Amino acid sequence: MNDIAISARSVGKSYTIVHNIQKHTTLGEAIVHNLRYGFRRVEKETFQALDDVSFDIMRGEVAGIIGRNGAGKSTLLKILSRITPLTRGEIDLHGRVGSLLEVGTGFHPELTGRENIFLNGAILGMSRREIVEKFDEIVAFAEVEQFLDTPVKRYSSGMYVRLAFAVAAHLRSDILIVDEVLAVGDISFQKKCLGKMGDVSREKGTTVLFVSHNMAAVRTLCTRAILLKEGRVQAIGETGSVITQYLSSCSDEMRTAIELPLLEGSEARASELRLATFDGKPQSQFLIGEPWKLHLEFELNRDTTHVIAAVGLRNIEGMPLITWWSAPADLRAGRYAVEFHCHFPFSAGELNFVIGISSNERPIYYVEGVGAVTICEIAQGEQPLRASDTGILVSSERPEIFLRP
Amino acid sequence: MLTRSIHPAGRKVNGQTLPHIKLRPASGWQALNLAQVWQFRDLALAFAGRDIKLRYRQTFLGIAWVIFQPLMAAGIFSFVFGRIAKLDTNFIFSYVGMLGWNVFSTTLTKSSGCLVQNAGLISKVFFPRLILPVSVVFSTLVDFVIAFMMLFVMAFFYRIHPATELLLMPVWIVLLLALATGFGLFTSALMVSYRDVQYILPVLTQFLLFASPIGYSVAEVPLRYRNLYDLNPLVGLLEGFRWSLLGGSMPDWTSVGYSAGVTVFVLVGGAFAFKKMERQFADVI
Repeated sequence: MNDIAISARSVGKSYTIVHNIQKHTTLGEAIVHNLRYGFRRVEKETFQALDDVSFDIMRGEVAGIIGRNGAGKSTLLKILSRITPLTRGEIDLHGRVGSLLEVGTGFHPELTGRENIFLNGAILGMSRREIVEKFDEIVAFAEVEQFLDTPVKRYSSGMYVRLAFAVAAHLRSDILIVDEVLAVGDISFQKKCLGKMGDVSREKGTTVLFVSHNMAAVRTLCTRAILLKEGRVQAIGETGSVITQYLSSCSDEMRTAIELPLLEGSEARASELRLATFDGKPQSQFLIGEPWKLHLEFELNRDTTHVIAAVGLRNIEGMPLITWWSAPADLRAGRYAVEFHCHFPFSAGELNFVIGISSNERPIYYVEGVGAVTICEIAQGEQPLRASDTGILVSSERPEIFLRP
Repeated sequence: MLTRSIHPAGRKVNGQTLPHIKLRPASGWQALNLAQVWQFRDLALAFAGRDIKLRYRQTFLGIAWVIFQPLMAAGIFSFVFGRIAKLDTNFIFSYVGMLGWNVFSTTLTKSSGCLVQNAGLISKVFFPRLILPVSVVFSTLVDFVIAFMMLFVMAFFYRIHPATELLLMPVWIVLLLALATGFGLFTSALMVSYRDVQYILPVLTQFLLFASPIGYSVAEVPLRYRNLYDLNPLVGLLEGFRWSLLGGSMPDWTSVGYSAGVTVFVLVGGAFAFKKMERQFADVI
């Protein structure tokens, strides 16, 4: 039996961008324009949001869609969800489609939790009878029993998200389309949701199409992945290899050499910071635990004694994670370089640098918040690692539990 | 619009028939796909329920406004047309006119704004967009029923006894709703691209309010203006509605026929125009 759930063939979506004076936002402008220019053809530009996208997803498969912002992921999901029409190609969907592009769409702050469950359920395409059947299950999943008759405007953001996801999670559909909705909510609830999504696919044979920037989630959930780039399918296949391809394409484009600012009146100037793998390949994105090195170049305007070059690493919240210092040296005016090695399994996130040069314990050059290195949320080797709230370092050690003597 | 035909004879999996949804590029006029609207009937009711629940939250008098609003308007109309303009009218006459008018004008106003107000839903969730203007009809009907019960109380004081004409009342209401929905389908879809509609519409409705037999009867309109006046499709419907409730002279059946014809034309035309514009809603809104 033919078991394809979603089949897309040469799907394209183009938007027409009308240039300057031809863009009417009011009826008046439209009328004035038509009076003035009559039936003259206006100059239009077509923007291809999606171009020649083809893929088949089998029933029960969980497929991830990855790609950078603007790659067309959301447009594809909107077309599959029937929110916006495609302009070329064709798609066949076999089964009831449920889509969750945003948590809590249609929730009304003035309505109570109970009222919102019914409203939101109906919006997502459930019949009233279905909602009644699943009501208790939804409430239990969301853990909001005591607040059912409170307007949701008085809910904490966590409760709100839990309730919203709970409704969506109980939607009975054959094909579930999920956009990056797990970016909200606390980690433990995110895990519960990921678990739920995995369950529906395994138990009920639901086909899941999942967009995320969270590579750990994609790797954990998805059997196959589709990599989109500038509206086209760049890769499709086994999740691990597609993710690797995505990450390497990202780092090609990210700046691995960071130019540093010249500070007025400073005796020293750090000129460049370069990021690379241990074997010297320029790269600014690394997997958790993957060693990398940074190469700092600086100039001294005059002979300087007891010089120390230092590079600090901070996370996105500005928390200092580590500082590396060079050995002190007495140096003549000239250009120098120093290399630091990072072996630490920092947890996923974007990190930036603080750079300082000192002479006799006195700073002669200092910049902060420059550059960026991205640590990706999958560990080296087979074991996927989730969660970034578990610390700034990730331990890969998995000791065996032993019987107490 | 996309052809979203759902084939009942789809593939079978585990004894269940899976619907088969085809997405294809399309342009021009589209089928209305009323079967799909019917599938989503629970959603129309949910929207109407939301509307009713929210409308009078944080008001002191709450749902009583459904009665007070036409009462006050009728008071003003019977004073202006009766006492100042010295036309043959009275309070209950104006109140009945106002009830019929409110069915039309609230439906039109609300359905015009319904797409723009639900922009968030339109860009994030799929459902037949026709559901939104359709749900407005339910919530106006609830208002009408409440205000209509008030009329029974008043009829008792005015010693008016319901006659067989009352049986025709639903016909007038359906026609008024259909006419308002038809216009609302045009204006709501137009408002997605051109917000000007929300400024023009109140002016036009105000004009219609005075150009319709609400505080006065058609008989008061000077004969030389009658042909022009009768172009307003509300004339036949409001006269008929009042005749159903208060008796008096029979409405002009030619005028009623004309109104019914215009109503059908506007409703069908509005629905197709809406479907034609529907495909760009999510991208433009």
